[in-house]
Amino acid sequence: MSLDSPKEPAIELVGIDKKFGTVHANKNINLTVAKGSIHGIIGENGAGKSTLMSILYGFYQADHGEIRISGKPVTIRDSQTAIAAGIGMVHQHFMLVENFTVLENVMLGAEGGQLLAKGVASARKELKRLEDDYGLEVDPDAVIEELPVGNQQRVEILKALYRGAEILILDEPTGVLTPAEADHLFKVLRVLRDQGKTIILITHKLREIMAITDTVSVMRRGEMVATRKTAETTVEELAELMVGRRVLLRVEKGAANPGAVLMSVRNLTVKDSRGVTMVDNVSFDVRAGEIVGIAGVAGNGQSELLEAIAGIRKPSSGEILIDGKPVAGLDPAGLRDLGLAHIPEDRHHMGLVLKFEEYENSILGYHHDAKYGRGPFLDLDAMRKDAEEKIAKYDIRPPNPRLRTANFSGGNQQKIVVAREIERDPKMLIIGQPTRGVDIGAIEFIHKRIIEMRDAGKAVLLVSVELDEIRSLSDRILVMFAGKVVGEKSGEAGEQTLGLMMAGIAA
Amino acid sequence: MSTVSVPLPAWINYGLIPLLNLILAFFFSGLVVWGIGENPFEALQLLLIGALGRGEGIGFTLFYTTSFIFTGLSVAVAIHAGLFNIGSEGQAYLGGLGAALVALAMDSYVPWYVTMPFAVIGAALFGAACAAIPAWLQAKRGSHIVITTIMFNFIVSSLMNYVLVRVLIVPGKMAPETRTFLPGGQLPKLDWLIAMFGGKIGAAPLNFSFLIALIMCFLVWVLIWRTKLGYEMRTLGISPTAASYAGIRYSKIVMITMLISGGLAGMMALNPVMGASARLQIEFVGGAGFVGIAVSLMGRNHPAGIVLAALLFGILYQGGAELSFDMPSITRDMIVVIQGMVILFAGALEYMLRPAVVRLYQQLTGK
Ligand SMILES: Nc1ncnc2c1ncn2[C@@H]1O[C@H](COP(=O)(O)OP(=O)(O)OP(=O)(O)O)[C@@H](O)[C@H]1O
Ligand SMILES: [Mg+2]
Repeated sequence: MSLDSPKEPAIELVGIDKKFGTVHANKNINLTVAKGSIHGIIGENGAGKSTLMSILYGFYQADHGEIRISGKPVTIRDSQTAIAAGIGMVHQHFMLVENFTVLENVMLGAEGGQLLAKGVASARKELKRLEDDYGLEVDPDAVIEELPVGNQQRVEILKALYRGAEILILDEPTGVLTPAEADHLFKVLRVLRDQGKTIILITHKLREIMAITDTVSVMRRGEMVATRKTAETTVEELAELMVGRRVLLRVEKGAANPGAVLMSVRNLTVKDSRGVTMVDNVSFDVRAGEIVGIAGVAGNGQSELLEAIAGIRKPSSGEILIDGKPVAGLDPAGLRDLGLAHIPEDRHHMGLVLKFEEYENSILGYHHDAKYGRGPFLDLDAMRKDAEEKIAKYDIRPPNPRLRTANFSGGNQQKIVVAREIERDPKMLIIGQPTRGVDIGAIEFIHKRIIEMRDAGKAVLLVSVELDEIRSLSDRILVMFAGKVVGEKSGEAGEQTLGLMMAGIAA
Repeated sequence: MSTVSVPLPAWINYGLIPLLNLILAFFFSGLVVWGIGENPFEALQLLLIGALGRGEGIGFTLFYTTSFIFTGLSVAVAIHAGLFNIGSEGQAYLGGLGAALVALAMDSYVPWYVTMPFAVIGAALFGAACAAIPAWLQAKRGSHIVITTIMFNFIVSSLMNYVLVRVLIVPGKMAPETRTFLPGGQLPKLDWLIAMFGGKIGAAPLNFSFLIALIMCFLVWVLIWRTKLGYEMRTLGISPTAASYAGIRYSKIVMITMLISGGLAGMMALNPVMGASARLQIEFVGGAGFVGIAVSLMGRNHPAGIVLAALLFGILYQGGAELSFDMPSITRDMIVVIQGMVILFAGALEYMLRPAVVRLYQQLTGK
């Protein structure tokens, strides 16, 4: 498989055009994806990547343009026709039945025949074969909700393969994975490619693009602006192509100037709904004017810690103090009144009401503030004006406060949350995964804002599974493993040291 | 599956699709009418003339509409907070007791317009009280509101039997009902409203509570879309996790929402009790609470939609009654079947036609 011999194209998109009202999401897109290759697509938030893939998968219909699969023009009306044409999609938000087993999920909708028993036996065999061929081990009888996210994703891939997918689309697949899970996913993708499958990978992580793709295409504001052989490009070039200017991949920051302790956690223990201890006797302080980062592999108690501090989850023992005063019993509204802002990890379930219009979300949690209304009433004009200001300042696209939040791209949704929490000018800011699904230009922007908060004397607590992010922002780093803080390092700590601590190996 | 996410213009979503559903419902009802040997077109004509042909018919139609607006609003308010209140029937029934007690206490001393505000409050309070216990059980104990509100329909029914048969019955009379209210406890007829359009109200019981219903529509709209409380209700209704993140207290919103919902259901009693019969009678609600569910569903939980849907059901009720009178082979039960068709197509099967409409729309607009 030399790169020079022209492979036949698996997919050709010719002149694809799509508008949503006034938003021109895809402008006359041409794209050729070679058979048996991994093709990366990158671009800023709202560039139109997901829209393009949704057209290929039949979720949307293009206004103009043609789709050719293996040289033949096809009309893809819905996901069924896409599957019939050999296209499979792994959604960022998995489409699995949580309380079904792996096998049941894989079979669902493709049971084959009237008698379930017969179908089950042959499906089990086929599933086993797929798992062995592609290194996608999962227990066929495990119930989905009990599987780690990485394995759930494998089930999504198995589902597509089971339906005979020759082309696999993955839209930001690593956002929810631990580094080890991501590595495994890439191994699987390579095996799939080597067996002749075609893979389209959308991601914001240029490192992943460099590591795994053969070719990479760049989208900007609805247009396809460049396609490069991965071997012949660099991270810097790609970043510039995406944003149209040079990007700081690591934000400059001066020395911290820590002041008084604003937020303290004392012997905090938090249990999850099943009674399992998730945060185990954790203590630390955050001072005014410093960023404390909490590093750790996802699922080691960081989420529960954040929720406890934010007042969403009741700790089972221990104390949280703000300005030296215990805040047990305060709910999130009470804590906001004390000047605590919270950018939650999960914007879809917590940070936003996706069915609301943008301006409604830009006051969520602060809807009692005097500037948004008088007495029991909301002042819609004031809300919209305020939202417009944030949209302009944070470059949220499209700049329309009346658009449904679900219709913003992932990264722009995140900016809505960040703008809301930071613009309130809080005293303390707790942040979970601030840049999940956010493009590099916006990451630079959000990182700058976080550092500005620090320099303005706010106490910032940052949780992220991105070690790079923790290292480039934090003044002090706490490492969490299995619910405990297993060590503290300065912001300059090396990747290696932190990595070992995160794996629970060294302190 | 894939068409659910396709955005359609508002006129298709709120105009064309409900209209098509309605046509479908009438089509199948027509088949039934035709099946028993009557002419469906003639039946439809009789129904429409019965409901809208004369002032008196219109008066009856709007009388039914009034009741359905109240119960439709009751269901809609709860749905906005993610609660399915099936107990509007019982809440309205108990609301009748509240209205009647006020009327009985005041009617011999003051004119109707003095009694009215107290009666509105009495009806609302009793309706709200009936919703309070299911609300508390949902908020604090996690008992499902659908189950508890249904159970309360039965509890209220038994309670009202007891009250009417043992307590409020006029001594020496057989009928389980209160005495007739004096004019000070009655709501005046809206004869002038019908007269404005050149009709005569005749025996139709259309009364002042129709105007109260319209005012409530406006107030509910303000509540849901213009107040902080409404914002909190909608947040909770769409995303309980976002609500908890935002510091919106679940139990508080559940309680307040259900009290408002129960209060609106209770006010429905003003219409039959103080407007039409001028006394509290057994089983006066007559299913209007359940119709409210269909009305709210059809009206997309929006006050404007609820008025239209309530009007539709008012037409079906009044026109249906006239129809079964004019075409004896079409019995009351047949009318119930036709109403059922409307509920089925316009409410439950709301999304049945959507994919086809989406496809057609895409083809016509070349998308
Ligand atoms: N259903 C819709 N209605 C209206 N606008 C939409 C809709 N879906 C997407 N858009 C708009 O189209 C543009 C492209 O969105 P898309 O989701 O394709 O971006 P993306 O490149 O995937 O971004 P991200 O990296 O943030 O996920 C955005 O401006 C978005 O707001
Ligand atoms: Mg996207």
